[in-house]
Amino acid sequence: MEKVIEIKHLNKSFGNNEVLRDVNFSVSKGEVVCLIGSSGSGKSTLLRCINLLETPTAGEIIYNGDNILDDQHDIKQYRTHLGMVFQQFNLFDNHNVLSNCVIGQQKVLKRSKEEAKRNAINYLSVVGMEKYVNAKPRQLSGGQKQRVAIARALSMDPEVMLFDEPTSALDPEMVGEVLKVMRKLADEGRTMLIVTHEMEFAREVSDRVVFMDKGVIVEEGPPAQVLVNPTQERTKEFLKRTLK
Amino acid sequence: MSLDIILSILEENWPSYLRGAYMTLVIAIISTIIGALIGLFIGVMHTIPHRKKSMKSVILKVFNFILTVYVEIFRGTPMIVQAMVVFYGLAAYGLELDRFVAALVVVGLNTGAYMAEYVRGGIASIDKGQYEAAEAIGMSHFQTMIHVILPQVFRNILPATGNQFIMNIKDSAVLSVISVTELFFTTKSIAGANFRFAESYIITCVIYLIMTLTATFLLRYIERKMDGKNAYKVEQKQSI
Repeated sequence: MEKVIEIKHLNKSFGNNEVLRDVNFSVSKGEVVCLIGSSGSGKSTLLRCINLLETPTAGEIIYNGDNILDDQHDIKQYRTHLGMVFQQFNLFDNHNVLSNCVIGQQKVLKRSKEEAKRNAINYLSVVGMEKYVNAKPRQLSGGQKQRVAIARALSMDPEVMLFDEPTSALDPEMVGEVLKVMRKLADEGRTMLIVTHEMEFAREVSDRVVFMDKGVIVEEGPPAQVLVNPTQERTKEFLKRTLK
Repeated sequence: MSLDIILSILEENWPSYLRGAYMTLVIAIISTIIGALIGLFIGVMHTIPHRKKSMKSVILKVFNFILTVYVEIFRGTPMIVQAMVVFYGLAAYGLELDRFVAALVVVGLNTGAYMAEYVRGGIASIDKGQYEAAEAIGMSHFQTMIHVILPQVFRNILPATGNQFIMNIKDSAVLSVISVTELFFTTKSIAGANFRFAESYIITCVIYLIMTLTATFLLRYIERKMDGKNAYKVEQKQSI
């Protein structure tokens, strides 16, 4: 399978604190990969390193054959190929729902306003928020905000979608609506990399599950293997703690 | 002291009072705008991302140091003294500023020193997540500032700017030391001619109050306008 993102020997330290140690892994086109692990295992940092919100200390990130950590690589251009969804939604508070999805297309991708709007409304319907184009973020519930954030990321027509614990800041009854949208995207064959604590969701949608602990990848494979019959002791322990 | 005297002073001198009030208002408005622009500039300068030990970081450090010195000097000395230093001090070096220009420079720089802190606070109060979201969709720092951060900062610093504007209406009175013909200076001439100090200044007092209260109401109105409606319309049919 064609690899979209490949990570080689990635290291990341904050001061003396090594958060990622020699991480090697890749995401192929159309693949849905879930990153699991306890808090502080480095899974969010790995995701943030991939779109360079954190600068890796060492290693390579290869996107479609190019090492994007080369000095001359256009980072802004690269980032438009990755759609990022944050735990805290991070919508632009001064823009309404539609404008949140339009601004990046217009200013970064230089699309015309009409084209950007059409595209935004299309993706807002995908997440079921097309009726709220005029609402400001402060007027929405957490689940609605996250769905808009997903539409905003999709509007840039990225090649890969990155989700950083997209349901962790939500009330329990709103988790479902967001997971439903994500399931839909996975079914469409999108390439997705998801950091999550929703084990049930990971088991259902992912092609591959990656378990991380203390900054290293401990085990990876199909969900049926990693989540049901893990081979590593640390994975077993983690699953025992989370699947009660 | 009686109402009759006040009215007669007013009847005799109203064009002077009006001219003085007009001058005060013009100085307050222009210098608040100058100050807000200086404040925004300094606030944004502090946010420019730079790598440690790069050339850019050294230049920024020097620049920010100069700006900090400016802020501390203007916040740490009385405006009345600044007015003397700017007007007579520069004149001693052959740079004779127009009194009105000197007034704008003093009040504007003074306002800028305070606004710099408000803007810095306003920028800091916007949560980091919005920067990251803008970064993640490929926006540059400049685009993020213009389209996401500053519009929110404007709203955040509006009450402080209004406050500063009201302070400027009042504090411009100290400019009488360099003979700027604002309201206080005008009143001094009026009272000096008619020897009715109390009555002449009571009129001035009322004029200042009218100006500051009007400013307060206007600002409240603008704030409400900027916040927009609390309700939003739910689109019933697909529109574009």
